[in-house]
Amino acid sequence: MSLALSLPYWAETTIKTVIILAVIPASALTLGYVFLMKTMAHMQSRLGPMEPGGFHGWYQLIGDGVKFIQKEDIIPEEADRAIFALAPTVVLVSTFLLFVVIPAGPRLVVENLDTGVFFALAVSSLSVIGVLMAGWASANKYSLLGGLRAAGQLIAYELPLVLAVVGVVMQAGTMSLQGIVNFQQHGKIFGFGGIGLPLILTQFVGFLLFIAASQAELTQAPFDMPLAESELVAGYTTEYTGFRFLFFYMAETATAFALAAIAATLFLGGWSVPWVHGSAADVLGPFILGAKVMLVAFLIYWIRFTYPRFREDQLQAFAWKYLIPISLANILVTAVFKVVF
Amino acid sequence: MSSADTEEQQDQHAAANAERQQVLDELKAALGDAVVGEEVHAGDLWIRVPAGEWRQAMEACKAAGFNYFDFLSGIDWMPSAPNPEDAETLSVEPDADADEAPDAEEAAEAEAEHEAEPQPSEAGTVAAFETAAGEPDSGWKTGVAGGETRFQVFARLHSPQRKLGVTLKADLDDESPQVASIHDIFFGAEWHERETWEMYGFVFEGHPDLRHIYLPGEFEGFPLRKDFPLLAREVKPWPGLVDVEDLPAAEEARQDAAINAAQEGNGADAGEGGS
Amino acid sequence: MAVTEQQRRAYVASQAADARLNVELQTEDMTLNIGPQHPATHGTLRVVARLDGEQVVWADVVCGYMHRGYEKLTEVRTYPQITTLVNRIDWLSSFANEVPFILAAEKLMDIEAPPRAQYIRTILFELARIANITLFIGTMGADLGAITPVFYAFRDRERILNQIEAVTGGRFHPNFDRIGGLKDDLPRGWIDETKSAMVRVREFCDELEELLMGNEIFQARTRGIGVIPADVGLSYGLSGANIRASGIDWDLRRDQDLPLAWKDLDWKVWTHPDGDSFARFWVRLQETREASKMVDQMLDGLPAGSIQAKVPRIIKVPEGEAWVHTENPLGEMGYYVVSQGGLGPFRCKIRSASFNNVSVLPWVLRGTYVPDIITILASLYFILGDIDR
Repeated sequence: MSLALSLPYWAETTIKTVIILAVIPASALTLGYVFLMKTMAHMQSRLGPMEPGGFHGWYQLIGDGVKFIQKEDIIPEEADRAIFALAPTVVLVSTFLLFVVIPAGPRLVVENLDTGVFFALAVSSLSVIGVLMAGWASANKYSLLGGLRAAGQLIAYELPLVLAVVGVVMQAGTMSLQGIVNFQQHGKIFGFGGIGLPLILTQFVGFLLFIAASQAELTQAPFDMPLAESELVAGYTTEYTGFRFLFFYMAETATAFALAAIAATLFLGGWSVPWVHGSAADVLGPFILGAKVMLVAFLIYWIRFTYPRFREDQLQAFAWKYLIPISLANILVTAVFKVVF
Repeated sequence: MSSADTEEQQDQHAAANAERQQVLDELKAALGDAVVGEEVHAGDLWIRVPAGEWRQAMEACKAAGFNYFDFLSGIDWMPSAPNPEDAETLSVEPDADADEAPDAEEAAEAEAEHEAEPQPSEAGTVAAFETAAGEPDSGWKTGVAGGETRFQVFARLHSPQRKLGVTLKADLDDESPQVASIHDIFFGAEWHERETWEMYGFVFEGHPDLRHIYLPGEFEGFPLRKDFPLLAREVKPWPGLVDVEDLPAAEEARQDAAINAAQEGNGADAGEGGS
Repeated sequence: MAVTEQQRRAYVASQAADARLNVELQTEDMTLNIGPQHPATHGTLRVVARLDGEQVVWADVVCGYMHRGYEKLTEVRTYPQITTLVNRIDWLSSFANEVPFILAAEKLMDIEAPPRAQYIRTILFELARIANITLFIGTMGADLGAITPVFYAFRDRERILNQIEAVTGGRFHPNFDRIGGLKDDLPRGWIDETKSAMVRVREFCDELEELLMGNEIFQARTRGIGVIPADVGLSYGLSGANIRASGIDWDLRRDQDLPLAWKDLDWKVWTHPDGDSFARFWVRLQETREASKMVDQMLDGLPAGSIQAKVPRIIKVPEGEAWVHTENPLGEMGYYVVSQGGLGPFRCKIRSASFNNVSVLPWVLRGTYVPDIITILASLYFILGDIDR
């Protein structure tokens, strides 16, 4: 974040860290409130989440949070205590790192890395280590199965996730997220620059692939086998209680937010709309990005509430037999167009 | 329901019974002398075979199209004070030993005749269930299609094609009730045999895995045998029998009048219109 | 039967081979204990599965955690009191449990309920069926990971329960059936309310057909999973929708002569040739719709008259044995009542559907994957009280 006033390095870093640390629970709360509570309640005719606190059940989420914190912190006797305790943190760190590269305005970014896309996708898969740690350390068969499933799944879907983005990178000619946003802001559709060039128009297939793969990365239905409450009780989180479980929960929701933000950045123009420039964009950018994130997140959660879950082998088949070939074809077509035009 | 309907139904019953008679003849042809007891009535069919012929009977039934396995279970024909010791300790009616059976019978009859006569509820408790009022010499009743021993294994088979069922029974030895397993003829019998084994102690020879299914592994005794005490009843007589105590005379008359009115209001068995 | 006999032997042989292999090579299979406390068992069923990876090598079912000994208890109760017990066997369609027992007692006493009572019995029976299967349709989705259908199911089941409550006063355990008739007549305005509830049931079926059954993932998860051939099903005593999904056209409502209203109605028995989990779901969904139509017909043709035949005030059932079974939501439910002329039965064998339906599990689970265990458990559809009695 290149602030106008110059601060010493340590101060700047501290402020950035604090901001991200604040963004994670804030984003998790937002998505949790808007989608996990209200949208779900409406979609599923649930009555409970609409009751507490009067208007639209606004108190429900706070109640849930307080409940989690109040709960006893139980560590199973057979568990590997250190790893068991560390696992949620590892998952949360991966989410934390994701937020580092997401730009919310021309200057509102923690670190504008040249290889921003690469970095984001790389750190997003760090969480698999935490999940494996949780699954192994719990000393529970359901946890172990869940952890192994999660590992297999996250690795399988890493590939389509990356390949889906390649088209965007080729078209924009940069791996910097900021660069991709700029490309979309200033792009023109056959000479018409009124709406810029949101890459979803040319990379629609890529967008769908990205959403599908990020759904799997988030271990949400229809790809929620690692948690699969009807099969594995709660997968790798079976033995977690209280605030440790809350960590997993928060990490999952915040990662959903982050991946939705990356999708919005890559395909929907991120913080930019073509008629907002300069410092105005720094002020409005977060809101614009936020609106787009909500749009993508709605899609993600809508799918989550609607679909049943795949079986493990069907999930792998889906990744290797469908998503990856399609994304390769998408890259090929993009390359051809890039040369032709 | 008019009387014409009833006749029609009786015709149907007769037809169904004829069909069952035909099934019975088929099975008798297949089993030969193995059929030691039989009964066709009230739209149902019973066959009793010796324990040694149990498997053959099953196979014959299956061949005759009875390929649907309903259930398999046992009956203990021992007269049924739930627990005779209990009866003694409560010092009510004597239990149903053969020599005392007439008393029990009289008690039951007396109770049937004089329901109006007020009785202390715990005196009624055992007598009410004292249904073992057989002839003094045999003492025991053994149900449809007869029986000679205390234990009977019985199974029900059905034929979805013929839309008929048959109940098969076999007498088992009092001391060591044993019968051949039919789990390889009807797969479903495996669990039913386990259940019957744990509830009655019948041993099914050839069963691959005769272990407890409902009760915990260390459970002792065979709970559905009539001599297995129902502990709750030993501690306290069944309070629900208040149900059959007499109503105050006025209330009784009122109810009877209401029922009679409903019966006679609209022909033989249709009362005045409902809502 | 030849094929299944072979399958059976192959099963036993390979089981023995596995056991030997494990002793000799010390290959470590994992034993997964699903239940007795597990979300997919909807109660306290326990499935012990030996896994090779995620594939089931061998499975066994342990039940009895909820055994209440009803067969013993019936021997120390009077006939009218037993309906209270049998209400709690399949607790999602309690009224349907009462009917065959009462019919068995009536058969022994040789009385018959008046036509109006027969109709109301049948209506409540079918309402119980709808309430029960509606929930199945939802929980099947939930077990497959779709969380929405189960909420829709609860929402729409509520309407049915309200109707049952309006008549009987009980939502779960009506205890409404009496020997010779019923406790009460229908309340005012009930017929119209029920008709609108039936419309809603059909809408629910349409909705779920699109939301769940038409879904590709749902089909991929259920088609070809847990196939039970017809002869194996019959041999295990599978009944109800489970056996109709294997292509056996057998429905006790149609095929048995009982003093209930089904014989007067125009309806269809649905079967499916596949015998897999999808077929079982499909058949149940069609049956729910069919049941709602049956209720409509019965409401239109409800005869007037008394709801109680004349019975002695103190019910003593004459000596004899009677077997009455009906087509309950879970399958065939029957009571074999042995009377020796007392106030209560001498012996009452309760044949519940789920016990037989679940006994097929060791056969069908072998070779499936862990997620398929859940699919199969869900599609066989059991109620714990109905297994354990």
